[in-house]
Amino acid sequence: MSTTAPPTGKARSRSASGRAGDRGMNRIFRLVSTWSGALILATLAAVAIFLVLEAWPAISLGGEELGEQISWFPEDTSIITFVGPLIFGTLLAAFLALILATPLAVGVALFISHYAPRRLAQALGYLVDLLAAIPSVVYGLWGILAFAPIVYPVWNGIAETLGWFPLFEGPAADPPRVMATVAVVLAVMILPIITAVCREVFLQTPKLHEEAALALGATRWELVKTAVLPFARSGIISGAMLGLGRALGETMAVLMILSPGFLYSFAIFQAGQQQTIAANIAAQQPEAPPLGVSALIATGLALFVITMAVNMAARAVVARRKDFSGAN
Amino acid sequence: MAQRIDVKDLDIYYGDFLAVEGVTMTIEPRSVTAFIGPSGCGKSTFLRTLNRMHEVIPGTRVEGSVEMEGVDLYGPGVDPVAVRRQIGMVFQRPNPFPTMSIEENVLAGVKLVNKRISKSDAADLVESSLRGSNLWEEVKDRLDKPGAGLSGGQQQRLCIARAIAIKPQVLLMDEPCSALDPISTLAIEDLIAELKQDYTIVIVTHNMQQAARVSDRTAFFNIAGTGKPGKLIEMDDTSTMFSSPTEKATEDYISGRFG
Ligand SMILES: Nc1ncnc2c1ncn2[C@@H]1O[C@H](COP(=O)(O)OP(=O)(O)O)[C@@H](O)[C@H]1O
Ligand SMILES: [Mg+2]
Repeated sequence: MSTTAPPTGKARSRSASGRAGDRGMNRIFRLVSTWSGALILATLAAVAIFLVLEAWPAISLGGEELGEQISWFPEDTSIITFVGPLIFGTLLAAFLALILATPLAVGVALFISHYAPRRLAQALGYLVDLLAAIPSVVYGLWGILAFAPIVYPVWNGIAETLGWFPLFEGPAADPPRVMATVAVVLAVMILPIITAVCREVFLQTPKLHEEAALALGATRWELVKTAVLPFARSGIISGAMLGLGRALGETMAVLMILSPGFLYSFAIFQAGQQQTIAANIAAQQPEAPPLGVSALIATGLALFVITMAVNMAARAVVARRKDFSGAN
Repeated sequence: MAQRIDVKDLDIYYGDFLAVEGVTMTIEPRSVTAFIGPSGCGKSTFLRTLNRMHEVIPGTRVEGSVEMEGVDLYGPGVDPVAVRRQIGMVFQRPNPFPTMSIEENVLAGVKLVNKRISKSDAADLVESSLRGSNLWEEVKDRLDKPGAGLSGGQQQRLCIARAIAIKPQVLLMDEPCSALDPISTLAIEDLIAELKQDYTIVIVTHNMQQAARVSDRTAFFNIAGTGKPGKLIEMDDTSTMFSSPTEKATEDYISGRFG
């Protein structure tokens, strides 16, 4: 699901309906926006209810019975201890991808919006938009066919030199069907969408504030620091959240690359350590008995909740310094 | 802290379009020079060439020379960034940085030059700059509040405080009061009268009374028609310009008989 919140159609229509002369297009607009808002909320509620109902059998049963009835269900685990590592793996993959992609996206977007000559900037802008539209399975294919075969020496090198750091613990697996490879492929996958959003926001920096910075004797980089980045902060966060949403729900790329495991493990160069919720659902669903499907849906419910929580956290960050947001 | 500017035979182009032609003038230190003229005659364009702000727009160029105390601002090796630190600018619409507090706004330019300014020096500078722009008494209790929360007139004085905090030689103002109410306008005019003790001030205004009230010298620009370049028609002491101008066009414009 998309991680952008619905437009605030409700708020707008409320103020409109208070006014007299609410006729014609205005009335149509009010109805459309009210109903769209309601529809989005209803869809959300329907999804949540569906997930809870379908997941209930698995949630209400004990680990013992689950283990008996589902062939791939780990021994001696309740549904909670089953979902835990999957949540961990999902978050790890998504955040690693985000940490790799966001700074790069901001840099590329800044280059396009404030450094590149106009012609080049236009061409690059189109290119980024184009890349953002490529289906994720293509990135997955690239990851498994082109990237994974050559990246082992790099992972091995890092594991050998920085292995004392938990994230980089060796020995690196060969072939590198590991979390590090997944994170890079996910990062490449979400890079265009974050870049596209950032570029759009950077270009909207008010001329007024750019000129204010320049008139104070700002260099280009100082202009970016004083006028562009502060203005674009909430936009950057929105872009990153869009990327995070994609990374959280990404199935094919992870499924194709990662050798799964169900551990709470930070070892991103070792195989058989982690698995993500979405990839796990895709891997197990075809041969799952009814109760197994229910258990998988319980993990889906967890993904749903995570996505909502991430979204709300992002909104809270954006809202925190609202007075200073420049929306005046 | 105030220096004179000599402009010689300045032509200004937007791409192939000659916007301003053949301006020669001297701007005296510690004085207020006003630019007046019908809109579109190139006052803003010319003003912005005085601190190379026009270079922000791609395709602009100038021919001729602008010298500050004998140093050509367009000479080889002169950094426009350095020029703008010497020659500050205040814009038509107040433009405090919206993400910054009042205090941060005042210090915005200083932080670019001197990153390691001490806390107490910074506090002193904030106070002296805000006093310098007659804003201190109004904001001293809420320096950490957003600058965008002030009234338009206060915002404009905040922008002036921000400009003088970096101690420029010259202050350029492009219609600084045109977005303000009459009371705020008066406050800014009083401020300009005080600032000229320390700075060379150039102000563009479309308000004749304002030019007469605040300026020592007045330059009248005019344009022969659309697509033609703007030109400096005449420049003299403000009292002379408003009582007995040499040129007929000046007299017509000032008396409102402008065709
Ligand atoms: N960014 C620009 N690009 C091209 N032409 C411009 C630009 N800005 C101003 N001009 C032109 O330059 C001339 C002078 O404009 P301006 O300096 O804004 O006049 P004033 O400030 O006296 O009203 C006008 O003909 C205007 O159309
Ligand atoms: Mg103008």
